[in-house]
Amino acid sequence: MFYREAGQFKTSYAADQAVFPIAQDRIFIGIWLLIGFVAIPLLSNEYLFRAIFIPFLIMALAALGLNLLVGYCGQVSLGTGAFMAVGAYAAYNFWIRIPGLNPLIAFALAGGVATVVGILFGIPSLRIKGFYLAVATLAAQFFIDWVFSRIGWFTNYTPSGSIAVPPVSVFGFEFDTPLRKYFLCLTILVLFAVIAKNLVRGRIGRSWMATRDMDVAAEIIGIRPMYAKLSAFAVSSFFIGVAGALWGFIHLGSWEPLAFDVNRSFSILFMVIIGGLGSILGAFLGAAFITVLPLILNQMPQWLGIQLSTAMISHIEFMIFGALIVFFLAVEPQGLARLWRIAKEKLRLWPFPY
Amino acid sequence: MTAVRSLGEPILSMDSISLSFGGVKALTDISLHVRKHEILAIIGPNGAGKSSLLNVINGVYHPSSGSVTYKGATRSQMRPHEAASQGIARTFQNIALFKGMTVLDNIMTGRTLKMHAGFFWQCIYVGKARDEEIRHRRKVEEIIDFLQIESIRKTPVGRLPYGLQKRVELGRALAAEPELLLLDEPMAGMNIEEKEDMSRFILDINDEFGTTIVLIEHDMGVVMDLSDRVVVLDYGRKIGDGTPDEIRGNQEVIDAYLGVAH
Ligand SMILES: Nc1ncnc2c1ncn2[C@@H]1O[C@H](COP(=O)(O)OP(=O)(O)O)[C@@H](O)[C@H]1O
Ligand SMILES: [Mg+2]
Repeated sequence: MFYREAGQFKTSYAADQAVFPIAQDRIFIGIWLLIGFVAIPLLSNEYLFRAIFIPFLIMALAALGLNLLVGYCGQVSLGTGAFMAVGAYAAYNFWIRIPGLNPLIAFALAGGVATVVGILFGIPSLRIKGFYLAVATLAAQFFIDWVFSRIGWFTNYTPSGSIAVPPVSVFGFEFDTPLRKYFLCLTILVLFAVIAKNLVRGRIGRSWMATRDMDVAAEIIGIRPMYAKLSAFAVSSFFIGVAGALWGFIHLGSWEPLAFDVNRSFSILFMVIIGGLGSILGAFLGAAFITVLPLILNQMPQWLGIQLSTAMISHIEFMIFGALIVFFLAVEPQGLARLWRIAKEKLRLWPFPY
Repeated sequence: MTAVRSLGEPILSMDSISLSFGGVKALTDISLHVRKHEILAIIGPNGAGKSSLLNVINGVYHPSSGSVTYKGATRSQMRPHEAASQGIARTFQNIALFKGMTVLDNIMTGRTLKMHAGFFWQCIYVGKARDEEIRHRRKVEEIIDFLQIESIRKTPVGRLPYGLQKRVELGRALAAEPELLLLDEPMAGMNIEEKEDMSRFILDINDEFGTTIVLIEHDMGVVMDLSDRVVVLDYGRKIGDGTPDEIRGNQEVIDAYLGVAH
């Protein structure tokens, strides 16, 4: 099949403003939805759901949220883990303190709490940029880590400081099997991805990108930097907070503060960089890559018939990530998503490149 | 052509504006009027304070003394987005486009202040938000047609040649439908053909939309052709103010600027 615009004349601006103006893109999305909602549930087993698909979906949601902030609005954050923690602990507290609360509402409220915390920790961005902002968000990360491990109220004074939750049940329907959890996460992710896409192609998304590219000029057009930056922090933290709640309630089931430490922040930032800054697709590619790579590396020695210690494997993992980060930051800041776009451009012209 | 249009009362008056950076006096005691519908050129050697003057007008720099009266309201300073909402738009000496965005999106940002769909509608992109996008897109397409940049509307501006970038930046300013348009060296670095195009756009904007234009330009030929009035700055002081013909005959100006090889 050819990837072409030819013959698809847009007769109105409405058609041209559609989410995916090119038919092949719509087909592409349709295929992925089919894979996600039909093929994977039919073909996958419990192990794959638990080890790959569910973590992938939740991480993709977090990466999507972070990409709105870093990729679209240009504000660096190393506090993603902390904002996930806020989501997870907030959901937990709503859930234990309001009997009978629908967990989905608890997740949404948790997103709301993360939003507020995100805006609070986003305030320094009005004054500082780049490296300094990164350090400020890192401080937020450590502060929030400290809060959840030291202030007993948040963990309902459980002696070990770790939290356990039973399977989520909505209107009597239990999300207890991996398949059901998978569907829940997938549905939420698709919903949020649509929202993200809508935001970035509209006024608010343009105001984020304008602030990212040239904040002085943005202000002269009438975009308030404060509004643009804080709204990016808010929306991003909402996504990340919900991802945190899902990570705790759906993926882990029981967790301690360590589950959301600075390593989590880094790994999600790596997803965004490797996948592609400022690209929705990039968040998915990056999350897939970083979720799947460790598993492949674990299997690789077996396939090749060599013996490697687990320590060695994790070293190799770090080295590969390190090299890729440097590569993408230095050579291709738009990440895997850009490589995909180049492929598409080639396809559009193929077989006559000129 | 200058005789045909009648110029109105002042839309903008600067009264004894001074501005300094540390020890450097960028502007000293500048007073001037900009009249409705006119094209006012500001000329002067490099470092004379021309860009600083525009920056004071739209609130990027805050003068250390003096006041600006715009559309009847007198202020000692303004914030840039206030200026924008009051109908002042501008372009920059060093292009200040949003490099990662397409031509279309860059010009669409110029409509920001005219768009009001709430956050919720933008999330779901139906109803108000979508109608609004389409309505403003139509307006932006008119500007794209006007500037003859139809073929590059989906190109990221970072990939465009310099001359086209200048044109897109003009488009972004026009998208705000400004009453007062400030152009900082819109033709710098252009070849003759590009300059002719740009001159035509400027005249058309002034003519068709009645937009008041303040422009900084070095090319004296262009200045004499375009402007109704010329203000000359030198070392932060105003040394001349009059019609192009008067300026041409002003000895102080000739000494300071025109006489110097440029
Ligand atoms: N942001 C700034 N910080 C310090 N000095 C500045 C700044 N902007 C302008 N200046 C100084 O003010 C003077 C006038 O500059 P400018 O307005 O850019 O002149 P022009 O546009 O006429 O070439 C120069 O001496 C310049 O160095
Ligand atoms: Mg200048």
